[in-house]
Amino acid sequence: MNTSQRQHALTASFMQRANLWQQALARARRLAQGTTEDAADATRMADDYRLLAHDLARARRLLPDTRTREYLEAAYASAHATLHHGAWRLRAALLVLFRDDIPAVVWWLRPYILWSGLILVLAAGAGYALVQRYPELIALFASPDLIASVDHGRLWTDGMLNIVPSSVLSVQILANNIVVSLFAWCAGFFFGLGTLYILGLNGVMLGAVLAFVSQHGLRDQLLTFMVAHGCVELSVMCLSGAAGAAVGEALVRPGAAGRIESFRVAALRSGKLLAACVPLLIGAGLIEGYVSPNPHLSLSAHAAIGVGYWLFMVLMLSGALFGRRTWAVR
Amino acid sequence: MSDPTPGLSIDSDTGVEVSLPVAGPGARAYAFLVDWHVRAILALAWYVIAALIFNGALHLRPPLTNDARWFIWVVAPAFVIYFLYHYVLEAVMHGRTPGKRMAGVRITARDGGTPSAGALLTRNVFRLIDSLPVFYGVGLAATIATRDHVRIGDMAAGTVLVYEHAEALAPPPAVKPRADYPLEAAGAEIIGELLARWSTLSVEARAQLARAALTRFAVPNPPLLAARSDDDAGLHAQLEALLRGAHGT
Repeated sequence: MNTSQRQHALTASFMQRANLWQQALARARRLAQGTTEDAADATRMADDYRLLAHDLARARRLLPDTRTREYLEAAYASAHATLHHGAWRLRAALLVLFRDDIPAVVWWLRPYILWSGLILVLAAGAGYALVQRYPELIALFASPDLIASVDHGRLWTDGMLNIVPSSVLSVQILANNIVVSLFAWCAGFFFGLGTLYILGLNGVMLGAVLAFVSQHGLRDQLLTFMVAHGCVELSVMCLSGAAGAAVGEALVRPGAAGRIESFRVAALRSGKLLAACVPLLIGAGLIEGYVSPNPHLSLSAHAAIGVGYWLFMVLMLSGALFGRRTWAVR
Repeated sequence: MSDPTPGLSIDSDTGVEVSLPVAGPGARAYAFLVDWHVRAILALAWYVIAALIFNGALHLRPPLTNDARWFIWVVAPAFVIYFLYHYVLEAVMHGRTPGKRMAGVRITARDGGTPSAGALLTRNVFRLIDSLPVFYGVGLAATIATRDHVRIGDMAAGTVLVYEHAEALAPPPAVKPRADYPLEAAGAEIIGELLARWSTLSVEARAQLARAALTRFAVPNPPLLAARSDDDAGLHAQLEALLRGAHGT
């Protein structure tokens, strides 16, 4: 019997196990997709894993460039993933995300949130002081239409609903806000400078416009317009900025893990916060489209909506809305 | 630049590493283009059909009055389809989308598992950076330059795109054992190994191992044991016959 005949005999006996591989792969998929709760299936998975590992090792030697080896590679990878990660259930994952993960991220980001808020406030103060001192500089921060409208003694938001329907306005606003917020986070990739730039620019623009409308006696009107949606919108901007700053710091000061690994950990961890920011911004966009431009609502009504929505945000971020009792993570 | 077809190797408890073939920029671009067309067509189709139904006339203009129903039924779903297509489908289809299926790739975590919801969200949000300055310039450059062909979003999420060949999904044909074949796969393996190492073993050792193997695996076939088996060549021949399934015939 030569080597080839021996190989042939071994391969033939090896291939008799194909049914076992199929059963193992089917079991791995059932368990991974959560379509079975059978304890026997779960127990047999460990045996399947060993069987597939053993047979894959043999296939790599006996049948290196064959479909059988590829099949075993896929089956083994699937069994490995199932055994080490278990089933992935969307509803349970979302509950864990909002109840446990997001509050933990907010707790971790506390100093970053404070710094982001401070940067936004300082930038707004700088923008305010700049336009207060040099009114002509408003042309750098606001559109000609906005300037012309305020020069004529009325806010650009007046009669907004006569020009654009609320539905379209809301979509435009929330899309813009979501993109800015997400970008503030992603821009942390540029060693935090992108985030700093976005926070600073938004703060300066806000302060500049406030100063400009104040000079024309329209400040109270603007605040009435802003209060309903602005509380959450600006808070979310700080949260996104804080997440971006954490990403930036991971790249600037990576620690022992290395730059890419630190970036991955910080981005994955801080990114969970975005899952809360996006729905909050959708709500803020709807308020800005439907409630804020409504001239029939009083300042107190606007303020009640704004504060109420802000409290809702706090409850959401603390996990209290999803049954969490404490914010702190030990 | 590195090896054009790298693989991701993951250590496992069994000592046999999990090997995943990493997809390159071509497969990524193909998957993205297919997905872009699918989501654009779906979003547009929703908008057109919903607008026509909403207006009850052959025009797509939004109403000039504040009608929340327009937002809820026409605009928002189209918006959601376009922007959440990747995230939702990747979460529901365990790292796959229609485009990725066509390209034969799927997203996996670096440890071989299905990526978490947070990882998929992170990966998709970082498209904002990867798409800079135009046509996914940053992302394409990153996939060409990095060892595992990952874009910035994948680096952030700890994910990688791996091939999922259709051949690998189809089970190999099961070989029906011959009715008179005496060995299970494990037995054939042991005898095959013994024969392969025959010349490297001492005469005493291989005789002892051969007798043990013949005693264990030839039990259903007594004539084999009845034969005289204490000479070296005879033992070798009996092992070969057993492996071939030709004993007693």
